[in-house]
Amino acid sequence: MMRRVYLDNNATTPVLPKILEAMRPYFGEHFGNASSIHHHGQETRAAVEGARESVANLLPCRASEIVFTGGGTEADNLAIFGLAREGDHVITSTIEHHAVFNACKHLTESKRCEVTYIPVDGRGLIDPEDVKRAIRPNTKLITIMFANNETGVVQPVAEIGTVAAGANVYFHTDAVQAAGKIAIDVNEIGCDLLTISGHKLHAPQGVGALYVRGGTPLEPMLYGGSHERSRRAGTENVPAIVGLGKAAELASAGFKRGDDLKMATARDRLERELLALDSTGLNGRGACRVPNTTNVYFDGIEGEALVIALDLKGLAVSTGAACSSGAIEPSHVLTAMGLSRDRAKASIRFSLGKQNTEEDVDFALALVPETVARLRELSPTWPRPAISI
Amino acid sequence: MLNPETIAVAMSGGVDSSAVAAMLRAEGRSVIGLTMQLWNQRRLAGHAGMPESVQGRCCSIDDVYDARRVAETLGIPYYVVNHEERFERDVVRPFVEEYLAGRTPIPCSLCNNHLKFDQLLVVARQIGADKVATGHYAQVAFDGQRNRWLLKRPADHSKDQTYFLFGLTQEQLSRTLFPLGGMTKPEVRELARQHHLAIAEKPDSQEICFVPGGDYKRFLEAYLTEQGDASTDISGEMVTSDGEVIGEHAGVHNFTVGQRKGLGVATGSPLYVIQIKNDTRQVVVGKDDELYSRTLRARRVNLISTAELREPMGVTVKIRHKHQPAPAMMESTGPHEVLITFDEPQRAITPGQAAVFYDGDIVVGGGWIEASR
Repeated sequence: MMRRVYLDNNATTPVLPKILEAMRPYFGEHFGNASSIHHHGQETRAAVEGARESVANLLPCRASEIVFTGGGTEADNLAIFGLAREGDHVITSTIEHHAVFNACKHLTESKRCEVTYIPVDGRGLIDPEDVKRAIRPNTKLITIMFANNETGVVQPVAEIGTVAAGANVYFHTDAVQAAGKIAIDVNEIGCDLLTISGHKLHAPQGVGALYVRGGTPLEPMLYGGSHERSRRAGTENVPAIVGLGKAAELASAGFKRGDDLKMATARDRLERELLALDSTGLNGRGACRVPNTTNVYFDGIEGEALVIALDLKGLAVSTGAACSSGAIEPSHVLTAMGLSRDRAKASIRFSLGKQNTEEDVDFALALVPETVARLRELSPTWPRPAISI
Repeated sequence: MLNPETIAVAMSGGVDSSAVAAMLRAEGRSVIGLTMQLWNQRRLAGHAGMPESVQGRCCSIDDVYDARRVAETLGIPYYVVNHEERFERDVVRPFVEEYLAGRTPIPCSLCNNHLKFDQLLVVARQIGADKVATGHYAQVAFDGQRNRWLLKRPADHSKDQTYFLFGLTQEQLSRTLFPLGGMTKPEVRELARQHHLAIAEKPDSQEICFVPGGDYKRFLEAYLTEQGDASTDISGEMVTSDGEVIGEHAGVHNFTVGQRKGLGVATGSPLYVIQIKNDTRQVVVGKDDELYSRTLRARRVNLISTAELREPMGVTVKIRHKHQPAPAMMESTGPHEVLITFDEPQRAITPGQAAVFYDGDIVVGGGWIEASR
């Protein structure tokens, strides 16, 4: 059996054993519909509300401000379509995840709203002043991500929150890649809505949550029963919600233990040794980043070929965003940061999870340099003519 | 480091390439499935009369789904590699430019030369596979006496695809496998059935993969509109071989040598396109007997079975895919250029198509038809 090391935790994370254990009873003995009035319903209702409190503690906010959804994409869509009405103006950025990016695109394509896309600088950072300048009298919503999924760059969300509050505009932030990795405080950020996704912090796929500040007039997208205070109809996915609650609890405890610093140490070692290779550089240099992510370009290679070659040797990493066929397209995030198409295509993302060890980093460091060298050796366009400075 | 046993199979989701993967896997070889993403069919949807929802065959999600299912069934690793930029540059643009220049291109050969046996071979080697196998009906073998890799027609001549493979270099041939070269199509389908592949009964694709429904005129117009080049004037005069102007036409891309229908002129006897003049954009029409020529010039010639042509050589020559190879003499007229003189005049020799030269079943080489006389 080939050893396999998974360093693609920004795509998804494995469900941790403690989380799976917490979920297990809710597939069998505790099966009730949380809306039922009998014993079985009461059992699962208690579990759902317990999970809600754990998630609320992570952000920290009131439990009543948490809406469980079927994932991060649904939470992002609920925030955007739940607030933006016809004739409103919406502000977002050029580096959002497709869950926000394409929701905003739909707002313009359906001629409901005008959308302004705030650019980023070479580090991948949004300037809050640009956001401020983009505000119009009819601006209803600012939606700008907390941490970028490809680079890990953390945006100045608190400053953007101040801008939003000053202009009396709602502020939503997609914190899917921040939750569990860095401390979040919705009051410090000053956001009205915030998205998290279960499977990015070791809970299962198919569950997420939207923080909705009390008093925010959110229209539901789904109509049905009065679940989630009529903000999201549909019988609760109890095992998954329990898993998300447990994941939030473990994440909160992890910060107290310094798990994030430990992860940063491993990531930094990986990054340092990769950057020591020839014609290699860091995407997002000079910006504050979440502790698990490093995005590196290896000039002269096709990231796609590197990902495949590494996968065949047991290392799972990723590049860019996959299109519907599974083929890789140059990352819109990296090109927005000013990278050439070639360099964007030569970029690889390594993202660590709580299950990863220092040995996993050793494994990556044993494979990546030789594989990069091999790809360059076989590339028809490498070495390129020397560029004189 | 390099595992000589590892073979990358170019998988399109069709029966032929799926059968190749199954055969090699059954032989116990280490196999990696690769599908090339070459063209986004949705790109031209809604442009200049193209339907909003394009049912084209190329790189459709359905084909990728089929290829992935086959790989799952066989238990082999499978990846999609994106070569859209290179495909557009080296296949689609030349295809469009050839039509605008009054020639009739064959994109499949360009794709084989620049994508399948070039880019894909590079990716294959980079990921640790020494060879690429495809579902083409052709044979490749090393000839020790000549010290050359040879390309040969397949056992089933009715499926012969060597016409599209004449551009392969010795290096490319040395790294290529055509496992279907000794099989017939019914045998290939039977093999797919035996391996329980869901695509065993999938119909063959005939058309140019990126042109939905085979309507290349509509494709050209949609592509030019998308590129902002729709205003390029390619209209001109319709003339007889004596130079008499008998009408006008809207664009040289609407015509191909030998075409009879859609000329837009009415005369007593049937008229055919006998020449398209690139410089003046004149379409020359004439009677059937004016379509025949004895000689053709081919350029950008690639020789396979021999390194060079020192003296004239007797060969048979195919001037289009479905053409019966015709006896001819071939002589070199310059670097990568040959003059072909047929024993009997040939009908509708078409600039832009390939001329492929055979010695029996062995492909001597091939080139692009420049002119005929």
